[in-house]
Amino acid sequence: MRTNDVILQTTTKVVFFIIFLFAIHIFFAGHYTPGGGFVGGLLTTGALVLLLLAFDLKTVQRALPFNFVIVIGIGLLLALGTAAGSIFFNVPFFTHAFDDFTLPLFGETSLHTAMLFDAGVYLVVVGSAMTIIQSIGGDA
Amino acid sequence: MEFVFLIFLPIVAALFIPLLFNRMKRIHTGWFVLAVPLILFLYYVTYIPTTMKGGHAISELRWIPSMGISFVSYIDGLSLLFSLLITGIGSLVVLYSIFYLDKNKEKLGNFYVYLLLFMSAMLGVVQSDNVISLYLFWELTSISSFLLIGYWYTRDRSRFGALKSMMITVFGGLMMLGGFVLLGIMGDTYSIRELIASAPSFVGHDYFTLALVLLLLGAFTKSAQFPFYIWLPDAMEAPTPVSAYLHSATMVKAGLYLVARFTPIFAFSEVWVWLVTGIGLLTLFWGSFFAVKQTDLKAILAFSTVSQLGLIMSLLGAGAITFHSDDAVFKFAMFAAIFHLINHATFKGSLFMIAGIVDHETGTRDIRKLGGLMSIMPVSFTVAFIGSMSMAGLPPFNGFLSKEMFLQSMLAIRQFELFQFDTWSILFPVIAWIASVFTFVYSFYFVFRTFAGKRKEGRLPQEPHEAPVGMLISPVILGVLVVGIFFIPNLVAKWLIKPAVAAIQPNLYSQPADIDIHVAAWHGFDSPELWLTVGVIVIGALLYATLSKWQKVYGLQPAKFSLNALYDGLMSFSEKGMNRISRFYMTGLIRTYMIYIFTFLSIAVLVVLFTQDAFVVDMNSFSHIGVYSAINAVILILAVGFVLLSKTRLAAIISLGAAGYSVALFFVIFKAPDLALTQLVIETVSVALFLLAFKHLPALKDHGETVKTKMTNGIVALGVGITVTLIALSAHSQKLIPSIAQFYKDTVKTEAGGGNIVNVILVDYRGFDTLFEIAVLSIAGIGVLGMIKLRLARKGNSNENK
Repeated sequence: MRTNDVILQTTTKVVFFIIFLFAIHIFFAGHYTPGGGFVGGLLTTGALVLLLLAFDLKTVQRALPFNFVIVIGIGLLLALGTAAGSIFFNVPFFTHAFDDFTLPLFGETSLHTAMLFDAGVYLVVVGSAMTIIQSIGGDA
Repeated sequence: MEFVFLIFLPIVAALFIPLLFNRMKRIHTGWFVLAVPLILFLYYVTYIPTTMKGGHAISELRWIPSMGISFVSYIDGLSLLFSLLITGIGSLVVLYSIFYLDKNKEKLGNFYVYLLLFMSAMLGVVQSDNVISLYLFWELTSISSFLLIGYWYTRDRSRFGALKSMMITVFGGLMMLGGFVLLGIMGDTYSIRELIASAPSFVGHDYFTLALVLLLLGAFTKSAQFPFYIWLPDAMEAPTPVSAYLHSATMVKAGLYLVARFTPIFAFSEVWVWLVTGIGLLTLFWGSFFAVKQTDLKAILAFSTVSQLGLIMSLLGAGAITFHSDDAVFKFAMFAAIFHLINHATFKGSLFMIAGIVDHETGTRDIRKLGGLMSIMPVSFTVAFIGSMSMAGLPPFNGFLSKEMFLQSMLAIRQFELFQFDTWSILFPVIAWIASVFTFVYSFYFVFRTFAGKRKEGRLPQEPHEAPVGMLISPVILGVLVVGIFFIPNLVAKWLIKPAVAAIQPNLYSQPADIDIHVAAWHGFDSPELWLTVGVIVIGALLYATLSKWQKVYGLQPAKFSLNALYDGLMSFSEKGMNRISRFYMTGLIRTYMIYIFTFLSIAVLVVLFTQDAFVVDMNSFSHIGVYSAINAVILILAVGFVLLSKTRLAAIISLGAAGYSVALFFVIFKAPDLALTQLVIETVSVALFLLAFKHLPALKDHGETVKTKMTNGIVALGVGITVTLIALSAHSQKLIPSIAQFYKDTVKTEAGGGNIVNVILVDYRGFDTLFEIAVLSIAGIGVLGMIKLRLARKGNSNENK
């Protein structure tokens, strides 16, 4: 799919990062305000789809050289690993832990193992959606 | 340290095998693997002093505590004995496999991963105190056995054998799970220790006999008892180290373990005594009778394993009589069972390894082509001779001792006067004796047809020579054990057998030292079992000498009446029958499936809604319909209408998008930002996806739908709409129980430390849902990739062919 849409391409270059950063924000904010891994992942996919629409598949693949099937795998492992990690503390599967920490730069931050799990969800959503889109879009 | 983790050590080690196999080509992967069973063996040896005193060790790893499910490693005399067998024989087998499997030609990575998986599973089976985790490990042994039998997966026979063993053992395993659940209901616990402790209270329960039979089905299929033994000969397609390890020394003994472990619970039932003893003896006879027919070395050993497993099983059954009778004569049946179990592992392990060596060095296992190898392979012959003579039950080898005890027990059964044993039990020693004769014959057949006689020049695919030293180490060690145990049986008894027996029969012994049994090779001329043995030798020798004359007997049974034919028939029937049924409703059209699903859903829900008086409409609590909602509703209805009526696909996509966005707007109006956000993004992505795939889609055309199909679709659609509306109305109006929302509101901060209930539910309260959901999502993604890649590949191929 050769496109030569200067306006769309130029806008996309800027808008992509805005959407992407928003997606990351939404992902991190998820535990307290609307958002989370699922929506964050979908938004990221939306940003990537915009890239795909503005440029062609090959260009996007060159710019983002991920194998999205592997992204799915990493996501699943992360989610399962977080859930299974509780075994090492001899607590039931899927027991989450959380606490507040004072981190440099961020200040008072509350950290959850649930966030790791959510990161897994995020990666699976992005990976699956992009796998589907790339394989359907690439079928030409 | 929590030693329950050690069960998982082999699995953890297995994770590194592919790495080692790919990176370190020069060193045989087996050398790394060898460390695992060796370390475990040495570790478990340190528990011998504990169990000798009648003590036990326990270590727990909680899994699903709310349902009473956990990994509990419980080491007493019985599980320790099995753990030592698993790791000890495991070490020898791995050592043997290093020389048996070529590191350049074989997929060693796969082989050792499966083997380690099996090791963990087997340790889990024998150490689990929780029946649910026992079941988990039990099926894992079936799966690893399946993988190992199918290791040479390009061969048809391997795949057939793997499937057969899996079908039969997994069937038994499922039955066993049913038995476990019933036990759990009766005893109100899944812990075997607690079940044993509370057993007297539920002996007469309605489920008791059913649970017993189900459990025995699991044990019998695993231990290849009649009529389930048919998988074991086909399992011989596995590499020989696997046959030696899984199919003779360890996995097939899981059934024996199960029977022994549950003896204190079920032995109160006469059904148990009858079934275990009866099926055991039948298997013993059947296996020994058919072993003589075989021409393949490993097939002979497979049938002999079947028969020996039957022998041990019948002894376990006889041992269960001690729960009904105080007679001292039955006490050593259990002892004999455990003793023979150890002996069998030593001699059969070595014999399998020798069969592998013969195969490796001559290129064939066909006994009709072999002969006269004695002078060329003296070491192999010596080991094979020791193993076979032990199997035949001759002195001075350990098989003699346990065989004597077996005959003694079977003779003793006649004295038991309960459950009509006095009428039938006369058959027991007779069957046992006949089976012993055949055991003698096939032992001689195995060793002398292979090693003695004249060499058949030119019939061997390879020029034979003695096996390399490394390959001989393991069988020689086992051979030494066979002889060693004969001379020091009481030491083995003290260390291993008595603790195991005390663990099986807690009603008789509180200490292993209470077991007053002294193993002796000589009982004097007046002992009946001595004369039985003499009879076995005389008749057996006669039968062996005239083997070629009476072997024709086996041809009399037509092949189509065998159990194997029954299995094949069942398999092909179920395949064809199921095919016919599925072709009836699987049309391949997603529309049809949607109709099934939706029709079923509406009917089921509507029936429940009205028959159970669940339908209520409470108009008072409805919220006020605002202007925005009204406008939005109109937009939604219009958009859906456009989807139905549009003649072009583009218009349909756009109106579908509009419908989706207006639903999102509803979420905004009703203050559900999470849902709105998700809905908006989903709509955007799916519309973009539609557009992306747009030019590949075929033109929208009339599918020739008749008015009738359109009417059906319309009715189904209307039905679903009405159902969902009615559910929504009554769910809103009917508040029998307080909404769960309050619970979430109260606990979201304290329990999960979050602020956004929706997200906390997703990642914490209902994390399992999410986990499986993303798993489904991944499968969908990979599925789409697979389907499209597959289609592209097929297209490419067909182009090449043109």
